[in-house]
Order: sequence, then C-alpha cells, then structure tokens
Amino acid sequence: MRELDLVIIGGGPAGLSAAKIAAESGLNSLIIERDYKVGGQLVKQTHMFFGSEKQYAKTRGIDIAKILVNDVLAYPDKVEIMTETTVVGLYKDNVLTLLQKEKYIKIKAKAIIIATGASEKFLAFENNDLPGIYGAGAVQTLMNVHGVLPSEEVVMVGSGNIGLIVSYQLIQAGVKVKAVLEAAPTIGGYKVHASKLKRLGVDILTSTSVKRAEGKDTLEKIIIAKLDKNWDYIPGTEEEIIVDALCISVGLSPLTSLLSMVEADMKFVNYLGGLVPVINHQHETSIKNIFVAGDVCGVEEASSAIVEGYFSGLIVAERLGYKHPNHEELYQDFEAQLENLRSGPFGEKTRLGLKELRGENNAE
Amino acid sequence: MRIKNHPILEFKKQSTINFTFDGKSVEGVSGDTIASALHNLGIRKLSHSIKDKRARGFYCAIGNCASCNMIVDGVPNVRTCVVLLEEGMAVETQENKGVLYERT
Ligand SMILES: Cc1cc2nc3c(=O)[nH]c(=O)nc-3n(C[C@H](O)[C@H](O)[C@H](O)COP(=O)(O)OP(=O)(O)OC[C@H]3O[C@@H](n4cnc5c(N)ncnc54)[C@H](O)[C@@H]3O)c2cc1C
Ligand code: FES
Repeated sequence: MRELDLVIIGGGPAGLSAAKIAAESGLNSLIIERDYKVGGQLVKQTHMFFGSEKQYAKTRGIDIAKILVNDVLAYPDKVEIMTETTVVGLYKDNVLTLLQKEKYIKIKAKAIIIATGASEKFLAFENNDLPGIYGAGAVQTLMNVHGVLPSEEVVMVGSGNIGLIVSYQLIQAGVKVKAVLEAAPTIGGYKVHASKLKRLGVDILTSTSVKRAEGKDTLEKIIIAKLDKNWDYIPGTEEEIIVDALCISVGLSPLTSLLSMVEADMKFVNYLGGLVPVINHQHETSIKNIFVAGDVCGVEEASSAIVEGYFSGLIVAERLGYKHPNHEELYQDFEAQLENLRSGPFGEKTRLGLKELRGENNAE
Repeated sequence: MRIKNHPILEFKKQSTINFTFDGKSVEGVSGDTIASALHNLGIRKLSHSIKDKRARGFYCAIGNCASCNMIVDGVPNVRTCVVLLEEGMAVETQENKGVLYERT
C-alpha cells in the first residue's frame, strides 16, 4: 500500500489552495478529484466575484480557477493530481479507498484534508425526478463549460444568489427565463443580481413555489401555486406553466459522507447548510490528522474556501514537520482574512453558524 | 443545442467525436462529457429508477447523485456527467442495478 504524507480529497478552490501552501512549506501532497478536471465549482462561474482583492474579487470565477490551478502546477514535484478518481472509503487508520475507472486502490496518509465541497439540495414536489429538472449548478456546468443549452426556456426555483446568477447566465447564453419562483415573501439574493434580472423583464414571483411537474419521460409543464405564511399551498392559486426545463436552486448541503465513515463528531447547523463536522480552530475534526476546508465544513463562498484551504495547508505542514518559513505571519493573515470575509451583514449566517457549531450558545 | 454566441465565453469549434448510444451511431465534440453530448442530441432520459422504471436525467453534474448512471463500454454505473466522451465509446441505457462481471 502506498503511503503518503498529505492526501487532499477534492480539487476545488479549498483543496487546490491547501496544496499550494503545503508545497510552499516543502510538504508533498496528492489531490484526488472525482471530476475529469480540477477547479471545483469555479470552472463554470462566468461572473465576477465579490470580496476583497486577496481573494480575487472582481475576477471571474473561471479565471480564479485558472490562477489556483497554475499556483499548484508551479510545484510539479510537490503536488500530484489524480482526476477521474473518487474517494469511496475512509477508515480510522487514515486508509483511503479510491475508485479509478474499474479499479479500487488503497492508500494511506499521515494527514488528510477533506475538501469535497457541497451538493445542491433537492426539493420535494410531485414528479420531481423527471428529466429536465436540474440543479441550477448542473445547468451552469452544461452551458458554461460544455456550451450546451438546457433548453429554449426555463423556470428557476429559488431566488438566492445562485438562482439569480444562473438565471442571468441562462439569458446570456440565449435561454428565455420564464420566471423565478421564491417560496419566501422576499427575494433571497443580493439586490444587484435581482435588479439585473428585473431590467431584463424576468418576473420574480415571491411566496410562490412549484407544486407539481408533469410530463412523460421528460418535463413538459409545471404547476405553480402561492404559499401562505406557513409555506402551505393556498388552494385555488394554481397556475400552469408550459416549460421543458426547471432549475432548482434551494441551497447546498455539505458533502460529509466520508466524515461519517470515520465517525467524526458531527452537528446539524442549519446556518452552515446542514450536517457539518465539529472542528477546532485549526480546522481539525474529532479524528486526529483529519482536517476539513471549504464548503464541506459549512456552505460559504469560494473566497472563504480558498482561505480555509491555505489555512489548513499551513497547519498540516507544520504538524508533519514542514513549518512554512512565514508560518506565524500567514497564520495571522489567514485568520484575519476569514474574519473579514465573515464580517458585515452578508457574513451573519456564517457567524451565527460557527458560534452554534462551537457551542458558544448565544447563537440565536 | 449548442450555444452560438456568448458575451463572455468563446466556444471554439471542436473536433467531432463518434460514439454510439444504444447501438445507434451519434456524434459529440471534443471536451464533451458523455452526458453533455447526449443532452445536445436532445437525449435527456439517461437512466431510470430501478423499481418503477421512472425516467431519470442528469441532476447534479458533479458526479454525486447517480441519476446519470449508464453502461459505457460494458461497464455499468458510469457517472456520465463527469466522464469525458471518447472516440468509439459504446454508451447504453442501464436496465438494472448493473451486473458484476469478469473481464476476460
Ligand atoms: C452559481 C454559483 C455562484 C457562486 N458565486 C460565488 C461568488 O460570487 N463568490 C464566491 O466567493 N463564491 C461563490 N460561489 C460559491 C463557491 O463556488 C463555492 O463556495 C466554492 O466552490 C467551494 O469550494 P470547495 O473547494 O469547498 O468545494 P468545490 O468547489 O465544490 O470543490 C469540491 C471538489 O471535490 C470533489 N469531490 C467531492 N467528493 C469527492 C470524492 N469523494 N472524491 C474525490 N473528489 C471529490 C468535487 O468533484 C469538487 O471538484 C458560487 C457558487 C455557485 C454554484
Ligand atoms: S448527474 Fe448527478 S451523478 Fe451525474
């Protein structure tokens, strides 16, 4: 069995950033990525990012992905990347089972950083499994990475930032967005994104959701209805929309199944997207030498995923005897960047979530 | 359906990749995943549920939900949304859970 120093699971912004700092410190790492390419969620984001310059604000997601990938490719002797390889098993003695095509491979690592990100939530309604009903991120991949349109017309469910941004990008790609549905009485995402859509004539219907989908083998129409303040459908408000594509954007939940395999302590924290690992300030889980970074330990943004990646890379390098020459300085810098990213009104959910996770119970 | 004009992205003309879907010869382009090539051809039903045989298309495109599982070159349960299309691939709709087999 091959034995390595550091194995990073997931080659998104968090995983790539962890590998970069580890390499800078002199520590070798192996990044394992399920997709055929690294970059994670960023590879499909054509919009410019918010945040501060250190996390590449005002740069398009796709370009940030290139920067992060090149940062890692600059260390060919220190960072190895395995794509089209999924980690399917994790054991308490730090053994991992990888599935590569039809082959299972076992490896062992002194330390592991889990950076598997998050996946889009499903929404419960009748016939929600029909082809033509997609996660919003999936449609974004289809059109922005592969240049294939989902259909000529779509309806979006969810008016959070992802729903609004993907709606806008659908229009850019030439698709008609017939409506954006929002179950809550108010729009969830930033005003700038919502205004852009409204200017283009897209209706954002609040207190409204999809009740049922219909179609044979593929989506043909949806039935929408108004919701009361308890989010129950109001009888008699049903309306039919003829549409063959529906995008669901109702939040993300952390991909934590590997953590459950090693029975790491977990906690359900709604503000962070659901079940998340309990971690200390060093991003280490309850299992020694298993660390987490990025959306897997709380759904946030690429900017914080990058900094968490750097931070955990720094900590692991020191743990394994490869202290970064600027360790103290970077440690403080990364901590300050994270705090800064989470300050202000938009960081409130994360702040409350982290408090709850750490048991500092003035949370709500 | 492929994007023709885009204000930000440029989709250069890619070389054609020939493959088969349920025995029929079809085409995709270089850079396609199996699922994106099929979607472009208007094929949205990639799989079906095991018990009730309800139609399934792709949902997550990150290899997580298994809703796009197909048989590729005889191998079942391939997540077609994260596997690149290759020349000559035989892609088939999977009828069951996937059969364990031995390569000769
Ligand atoms: C539409 C949209 C708009 C967004 N806009 C912004 C924005 O404006 N600003 C911002 O800062 N953020 C934004 N984000 C959020 C940002 O993209 C994510 O927070 C960020 O990508 C999280 O990084 P990550 O590395 O934790 O996870 P991911 O990017 O999800 O990467 C995880 C990687 O792990 C791989 N993986 C998972 N499981 C396994 C396994 N078992 N084995 C091997 N590999 C595995 C996955 O394939 C993936 O490549 C947006 C997201 C979306 C979808
Ligand atoms: S669409 Fe979810 S695994 Fe492929």
